[in-house]
Amino acid sequence: MTAELIHRLHFAFTVTFHYLFPQLTMGLALLIVVLKTIALKTSDEHWDKAARFWGRIFGINFVFGVVTGIPMEFEFGTNWARFSQLSGGVIGQPLAMEGVFSFFLESAFLGLFLYGENRLSRKMHWFSAVMVWLGSWISGFFIIVTDAWMQHPVAYDRLPNGQFQVLSFWQLLLNPWGLLQYMHNMTGAVVTGSFVMAAVGAFYLLDGRYPDYGRIFVRVGVIAGVLSAIAIIFPTGDLHGKYVARHQPAAIAAMEGLFKTETGAGIVLMGQPNEETQQIDNPIVVNNVLSFLIYGTTKAEVKGLDQFPRDQWPTTLPLLYYAYHIMAGLGTYFVALMIVAAFLLWRGQIYRARWMLWLLLISFPLPYIANTAGWMTAEIGRQPWLIYGLMRTSEGFSSTVSAGNGLFTLIGFMGLYALLGLLFTVLVYREISHGPQINATLSESVHA
Amino acid sequence: MGFLWFWLVAVMIVGYVVLDGFDLGVGVLHLFLVRNEAERQASLRSIGPVWDGNEVWLLAGGGTLYFAFPLLYASAFSGFYLPLMIVLWLLILRGVSLELRNHIDVGVWRALLDGVFGIASGLLAVFYGAALANVLRGVPLQSDGYFFLPLWTNWQPGAYPGILDWYTVIGGLVALVALTLHGALWLTIKVSGDLEARARNLVKPLWVTLLVLTGVSLVATIRVRPASLDNYLHYPVSFIVPAGVIVSLILLWVWNHKCQPVKAFLASCTYLFFMLAGACWGVYPVLLPATTGAGNDITLTRAISGPHTLAVGLAWWTFGMALAIGYVAFVYSRFKGKADAVGH
Repeated sequence: MTAELIHRLHFAFTVTFHYLFPQLTMGLALLIVVLKTIALKTSDEHWDKAARFWGRIFGINFVFGVVTGIPMEFEFGTNWARFSQLSGGVIGQPLAMEGVFSFFLESAFLGLFLYGENRLSRKMHWFSAVMVWLGSWISGFFIIVTDAWMQHPVAYDRLPNGQFQVLSFWQLLLNPWGLLQYMHNMTGAVVTGSFVMAAVGAFYLLDGRYPDYGRIFVRVGVIAGVLSAIAIIFPTGDLHGKYVARHQPAAIAAMEGLFKTETGAGIVLMGQPNEETQQIDNPIVVNNVLSFLIYGTTKAEVKGLDQFPRDQWPTTLPLLYYAYHIMAGLGTYFVALMIVAAFLLWRGQIYRARWMLWLLLISFPLPYIANTAGWMTAEIGRQPWLIYGLMRTSEGFSSTVSAGNGLFTLIGFMGLYALLGLLFTVLVYREISHGPQINATLSESVHA
Repeated sequence: MGFLWFWLVAVMIVGYVVLDGFDLGVGVLHLFLVRNEAERQASLRSIGPVWDGNEVWLLAGGGTLYFAFPLLYASAFSGFYLPLMIVLWLLILRGVSLELRNHIDVGVWRALLDGVFGIASGLLAVFYGAALANVLRGVPLQSDGYFFLPLWTNWQPGAYPGILDWYTVIGGLVALVALTLHGALWLTIKVSGDLEARARNLVKPLWVTLLVLTGVSLVATIRVRPASLDNYLHYPVSFIVPAGVIVSLILLWVWNHKCQPVKAFLASCTYLFFMLAGACWGVYPVLLPATTGAGNDITLTRAISGPHTLAVGLAWWTFGMALAIGYVAFVYSRFKGKADAVGH
């Protein structure tokens, strides 16, 4: 194993595990604001208790997000030193901004929201929920800005020593790539939050426990779920995809498995990319659809990988192809499932439709998979570049950190994260079994 | 600009040490100072609402270092690879064990998490001290600005030392004792009764130990890197910094003795400030000295970011930190008084 591979795996593993938590944090934060707002308007106890219940799960989830997030900032320096040396002047800024603008705000209001309900007015408690939501979404924004600059560098020039420096604060923040990616990503987080909420509701209804809350969770989860599942494909996914096609054409060709340039290109629904023969094995293709999706006409020419020199093809091409297809396939399933669920909800039948409750229950892991696959699509699609068109991945890792040292800490993280995953599952399952009816606001907590 | 950013980053690091420092100290103390679950709850509650915000100073400071001095960030983080990874694991263990202990109602598991929390806190203090000592001693920088340090070699400072040698171990001990003392003073503010009295009494032996260790570390620093004295000899007015260390220590003792915990705690803050400022001034304008010859030093002018980056950074940084200080003041003002007297 080369040092480059170890450093890539190191970042990939830690960031993949990390992002299991923030996607729920960001999605749930919005849904908790919804619950709190309804509670404020209706003064129905159920909504307050529902918000408290999800607050407890949010609190656990948040801790795991924080502790697994710290390594990410460090790893830019530890594992990707040469990249950091050259690009720190640009991407260090949004990373520092995340701390300054988001983390301070979050840390101030999270404690108030989770543990201060008894000491705050209803309006102030609602306000603290809004601030927590805002903090988590600002945090996401700065991370997307960082990634967007690596995907689509803007507002920079280079110093004589090769370092990048940022020329405009607003152009860096309003990078069009970043705005599109942000909308798509945040919608994805809401999908995760909605599916988790609906699944817990379905679990309670199927098990005959806390039926009042089961109905609330299914209702909110399905309404938010159908809106976000549609929005993740159209408009956010559609717009983002078109932008990628224009600016990273080799990535799109690899994602779609388009080895040869075609006029009226079809879309591959299924099949295995074969790099040897440069074709898709066992293909199931719908004609002309890809041209239409990218250019709005069935006759347009779509560039295949044959238009690009081999050293500019995304590395690990099959993984990119599968990641993209898993994301898109699951996204389609989410829309179908949630439209049917929303229909049943509208007809007032969903709480008795056990088959649908079962589907909602077992579907909750899928948005996690789809969000992860989406990020893999973005990051593997950027390869072989670390900064698209400017710096290759092979030029960015820490040359002084040997493969042996890198593997040592990667194994350490794997062990530690296995433990954390176990702990998280136990704690969240415990909260779900206790249910929303207990009155504990964690009064025995270290925060009180 | 370089001078300004040097001190802005330094201030953020001082902010982190002063604030998260007492969290670490309380973490160490709760291992042996508390006698029952109620006292343990009280001591943990004294840091519960603030530790997360305190840790943000590390992230915000790290991010600022990253964009203002990219070469230093890249060189130091990759060169100190192994200890930094261990620090990350300790930060993870500390945060998880502190936050989650009360989600578990089985005594055995709580005891396990409490043990992890205390040990991780203590080791973090040791690593931070050793890290600072590594910077003061210097590292084997190559001409390209990079290096890699093993965890230990022959325990001697020299051209090719390890992370741990006799000098950096002293640095680790200074930090452990200083932050434990800092945490004890925090407890005298935030808890009451027996625990408060025990914390106050513990300050005395800790103070004596810290006085000795501070003296030893000053002598050792001059011995390991005589150039540390250059700035002081060149600008004798800067001897105000070591004088500040001594005055802070004296006031700390007096105020603790007179049962004025807030003042004593602030004296501990100024002690930490002067120690760190003294260290910064000892290396300035070098950011990371080389043991392989001064030509390889990472200096301020060599590491500083481009002018546009710094101009853009200064605009949002000033605004953002003013906002952040507002949040911090808000949190601490809501959290005034004894943490064990809120009626739970």
